[in-house]
Amino acid sequence: MQQTASSTPIVSLRDVQKSFGSLKVLDGVSFAVERGEVLAIIGRSGSGKSTALRCIDRFEKVDGGEIVVCGRRVDLPDIDLRALRQDVGIVFQSYNLFPHLTIEQNITLAPCSVKRMGLSEAKALARKVLAQVGLEEKIHAYPEQLSGGQQQRAAIARSLAMQPKVMLFDEVTSALDPELTGEVLKVIEQLAADGMTMVMVTHEMGFARSIADRIVFMHRGKVHETGPASILTAPTTPELVQFVGTGNLKS
Amino acid sequence: MGGHLNINHLLFLGHGALWTIGLSLIALIGGGIAGFVIALARVSPLRSVRLLSAAYVQLIQGTPLLVILFLGYFGLAAIGLKMSPLAAAGASLTLYVSAYLGEIWRGSIQSVPKPQWEAAEGLALSRTQRMLKVILPQAIRIATPPTVGFMVQIIKNTSLASVVGFVELMRSGQIVNNSLFEPFIVYAIIAAVYFAMCYPLSLFSQKLERRMGRGRVNNLAPA
Repeated sequence: MQQTASSTPIVSLRDVQKSFGSLKVLDGVSFAVERGEVLAIIGRSGSGKSTALRCIDRFEKVDGGEIVVCGRRVDLPDIDLRALRQDVGIVFQSYNLFPHLTIEQNITLAPCSVKRMGLSEAKALARKVLAQVGLEEKIHAYPEQLSGGQQQRAAIARSLAMQPKVMLFDEVTSALDPELTGEVLKVIEQLAADGMTMVMVTHEMGFARSIADRIVFMHRGKVHETGPASILTAPTTPELVQFVGTGNLKS
Repeated sequence: MGGHLNINHLLFLGHGALWTIGLSLIALIGGGIAGFVIALARVSPLRSVRLLSAAYVQLIQGTPLLVILFLGYFGLAAIGLKMSPLAAAGASLTLYVSAYLGEIWRGSIQSVPKPQWEAAEGLALSRTQRMLKVILPQAIRIATPPTVGFMVQIIKNTSLASVVGFVELMRSGQIVNNSLFEPFIVYAIIAAVYFAMCYPLSLFSQKLERRMGRGRVNNLAPA
């Protein structure tokens, strides 16, 4: 695997193993993400890509191998989960905004509770991150009053408010129709342009090609092929040829 | 002996009805507090706490309220712990209600979608913060209709306290009947008073349920 060898990576997985019962989901997965880099994980459903992502934030415990995130050993049992999750922001496919809170309260909850930020400061922060995702006018709305795309952008804003060092995106546009997908991808594109380190699991091949610095193609729990975005247009393994050839690569 | 139903009889029944309400409130408040602890224990991260609270719930739910009342009033007295009828009835109902409310509320907590827990975890909230600020506010919405519905059961079940000599509505009806020998009229009145207490709650519970159904938030991952 090729890497820019200069600094220590923000996220690194080495020979990660994970099974659900008798099903081996991750079979020796290794990759690393440098500061400011955008890594896209692609692959079929069931290839282990979401599991690999969730291991980074320790939503799944690994059976073997080593995961280091922002200098912390995530695979060890004594990991400080709350410290880890202050460094890592995660956005889910199903948005998971808190339905009983307004968008503003959704955003200020963690900075106020976890970082003990004052309410007025947190509210100013909420306005700032909502401006970043173009949703200032929805600050007092409840999640159910927003469209799917708006909810997802609000969820990204909520994550940004914790000022994470790396953001994880778990198929964040899979629940959206193409029109709404565009507005969410635009927000992510802007984040990438601002230098945010990101790991995203995505089915949007065109998007992955245009935004990702590096692609990890997962197949049967292994990193099957990895390289710059150009591997999507010139894949070398037959599996990736087949995967991108099945009409996935629309731009 | 004998005579006609007069205003004094009705006042006596009214007094009994007040005690039915009082005993219901004691059961609801005592059982509510204990039930809340049970519900939290049932979803505790500690296995031993979960098992212990589950055993408590099974034990109480598998025992007739009448037996709990007899144990509390006659049983404990026989081994030297004498309680007044009110204390025995209040304590027995509290035990009984805590097991049922604990289960209703456990179910409500667990029916908050799992991704809500994960989203809160992902934001570095502590377990207590997740519970207080994310899960419980949503669980309370889910729990309200069945809890109000269960209050109807509590009111009706307080009638069992009559067997330990506690003069609530049922017992006062028995006393009035003992002097009048008009069981049909007296117990019809008793039934009507219970109904008048329970029916508004039933209606309220149904109304809450309909309102919940309408306001349901779509926060689950699409299938």
